[in-house]
Amino acid sequence: MADLSFVRHEPLPALAPPTSAGGPAQWIRENLFSSWINGALTLAVLYVLFQLVTGVWPWFANSVWTADSLQQCREIDTGACFAVIHQRWNQFLFGFYPADQYWRPTLAFLLLCVAIAPVLFQSLPRRLYWVTAAFPIVAYWLIWGGSLWSPLAAVAAAGVGYLAFRLAGGRLGYAASVAIGLLAALVWLNFLAGPVARGLDAVAPIALREVQSRNIGGFTLTLIIGVASISLSLPLGVLLALGRQSKLFFIKTLCVCFIEFIRGVPLITLLFVASVMLAYLLPPGSTFDLVLRVIIMVTLFASAYIAEVIRGGLAALPRGQYEAADAMGLDYWQSMRLIILPQALKISIPGIVNVFIGLFKDTTLVSIIGLLDPLGLSTAIRATSEWNGVIWEIYGFIALIFFVFCYGMSQYSQALERRLQTGHR
Amino acid sequence: MTAMADHTTDGFRLSMLLNDSRYRSLTIQIIAFLLFVLGVWWLLNNALTNLAAQGQTFSFRFLGQAAGYDINQRLIEYNSQMSHARAAAVGILNTLLVAFLGCITATVLGVLAGILRLSPNWLVAKLMSVYVEVFRNIPVLIVILTIYAVMTELAPPPNAFRGEDAAASMILWDSVAVTNRGVYVPKPIWGPGSGVVVATFLASILGVVLFGRYARARLFATGQTLPTFRIQLAILVLPALLVFFALGRPIGLEAPELRGFNFAGGLHLRGPLIALWFALSIYTAAFIAENVRAGIQAVSRGQSEAAFSLGLSPARTMRLVVLPQAMRVIVPPLISHYLNLTKNSSLAIAVGYMDLTATTRITLNQTGRAIEAILLMMAFYLAISLSISAFMNWYNARIRLKER
Repeated sequence: MADLSFVRHEPLPALAPPTSAGGPAQWIRENLFSSWINGALTLAVLYVLFQLVTGVWPWFANSVWTADSLQQCREIDTGACFAVIHQRWNQFLFGFYPADQYWRPTLAFLLLCVAIAPVLFQSLPRRLYWVTAAFPIVAYWLIWGGSLWSPLAAVAAAGVGYLAFRLAGGRLGYAASVAIGLLAALVWLNFLAGPVARGLDAVAPIALREVQSRNIGGFTLTLIIGVASISLSLPLGVLLALGRQSKLFFIKTLCVCFIEFIRGVPLITLLFVASVMLAYLLPPGSTFDLVLRVIIMVTLFASAYIAEVIRGGLAALPRGQYEAADAMGLDYWQSMRLIILPQALKISIPGIVNVFIGLFKDTTLVSIIGLLDPLGLSTAIRATSEWNGVIWEIYGFIALIFFVFCYGMSQYSQALERRLQTGHR
Repeated sequence: MTAMADHTTDGFRLSMLLNDSRYRSLTIQIIAFLLFVLGVWWLLNNALTNLAAQGQTFSFRFLGQAAGYDINQRLIEYNSQMSHARAAAVGILNTLLVAFLGCITATVLGVLAGILRLSPNWLVAKLMSVYVEVFRNIPVLIVILTIYAVMTELAPPPNAFRGEDAAASMILWDSVAVTNRGVYVPKPIWGPGSGVVVATFLASILGVVLFGRYARARLFATGQTLPTFRIQLAILVLPALLVFFALGRPIGLEAPELRGFNFAGGLHLRGPLIALWFALSIYTAAFIAENVRAGIQAVSRGQSEAAFSLGLSPARTMRLVVLPQAMRVIVPPLISHYLNLTKNSSLAIAVGYMDLTATTRITLNQTGRAIEAILLMMAFYLAISLSISAFMNWYNARIRLKER
């Protein structure tokens, strides 16, 4: 009898899942309508979004980009009046900077991009750090103008001090050499820098037209205060955090008092100190630039917060790291620089970037003490008869720019965290 | 310690102040101390010289002089003939008012947004992410100014509410009027006997606490549970309601009413207060939402799984297992956000709300006492923030994990 039994030798191919258990239908069911309450929420949100879009879209679609006043805008079309941004574009960027000199802040901004690139991206050539090192002087000179030689002469103090330190280093002790170096730098600053700069000016006059601080405004001012304070507050914050951890009682007390004081008062009170009270605390007759005073105050403010963040990072390190550094025979600064701080800073990155974002946003507060940052300008623009009544266009535009900067910073910090992730923990 | 013994044979040399670790820390501290004293002396000396040049001395006597300016939003009696100190007190109360209101609404909004961000509903979670990211990344001052501008320029004027076919109408059953002069809301009228109602309510709060203790003790003694929440709610609400109706409803509401060209009656919340309150709330709520989310996610899944395996219901798991652990993560940053909100309320000056910063600034302009006025203002903020951080240390110590 012939064997009629049938045995399949290869498995059947799997059937495709039913359409209800896969694809968009399932996704929608699981994520939007998993229960009746979720379904109701979804419908409510969709309704709100629909209302929002149908409300805002015509406003965008019918927007006006060129007009001289709000009234003209209203005559042309019913939507948003972005003409105000178009007309005051240069003011938003540069404040009342002389129009024929706009290339200077623009060039400074481009240089900033080049200078900041090697700090942000490790893959770029290390030689770019030379741009970073030269950037503060060049940017200062480009923006404020004047003779190139006076900022150079001021910076040369560091070189003079170092030279004196090296010359003295051979014969005297370390401490005495440091003292001599400092003394030489001070002597240079007080007596020699001026004449030398004037002399060089006479020989080779390289100068740009001077621009007063009160004419600098807009996003240029925001970036000046933001970038200067961010780059100055990090080292200061590290020092404060180390001081707070220090075994030296007096240093520790000083740092704790400073940090707690700064964290206890709002930034606006410190800005008042800068604008009104500082004049009393300096020698009679001395004036110094309001923008500089603001940068100092914002730096002090941010550094106290950074110190607290870094203190958290330092506290999170196991004691074994400190003990291992001691066992290697490293002195205090070596162990901090090579072992402790790299790890502590890595842990503190999210917190530090949060402080930076807060600092950048807080630069808007300078409008309250009368500087013309974008918000100060917007108040002035809204007070003119042409643009009285423009609200969303101006504030929305400024908010958008701030959002782009701050969101960029937070995204970068997350990328940096992933890059520095070394696996343990 | 044996190494130290070697040195004792040598005499003391000057270089040991720097090179010997026994003395070096002392040297550094003394140098730092001298520099610090020198710096402070320099600043004080400058201040005294400058003050002397203006014919002033450092004194707080200006606080007793008549202030000479008006404050429209105030919680205590004040007029322009009263002293600068009184004006500062009005300012302090205004700061505390907006901070208190802001903390409450920010907490409610923030907790809601934080929980919704963890919702299984994709659309809701994304929407909340957008809200949180947007408000965390734009300056609070823009939010304040925008809301203030909308309040004063887009809201209808009071006379738009007049007539048969008025251009604007009151909302919430004709009880709240949003105008460009501020928001008018109903005002409670405290009739005779209302004190009894309030006292009853306060007593029932005490009763709720005592009942909670009793239920707990009973649970520990007998193992039986009571429907605590329902009974506590009844204790809280019923007696006060009973007394309220028994006394013939002594507490009434006075709705704002249009009289002439403006609203009369009711409670007038001026535009600056509303703008500041609202802006600080939604701004701080974005930060609180992020906190709440982190706190809930910080409790490991094993905790709720363990609670389920013990037979606890989902509600009890949340209340007894997850929330107490999440609170440990949520509360410390939450309090520091409250502190930030209080400090941010100093931006009131941008919209003309008369908080302490604004009164200080006017006082400063009128008397020229920059140092004294700013020092007093800083002292106030410092006192608030130090007392809150003292409370926080106490709280952190209390809820710290008790480990062996």
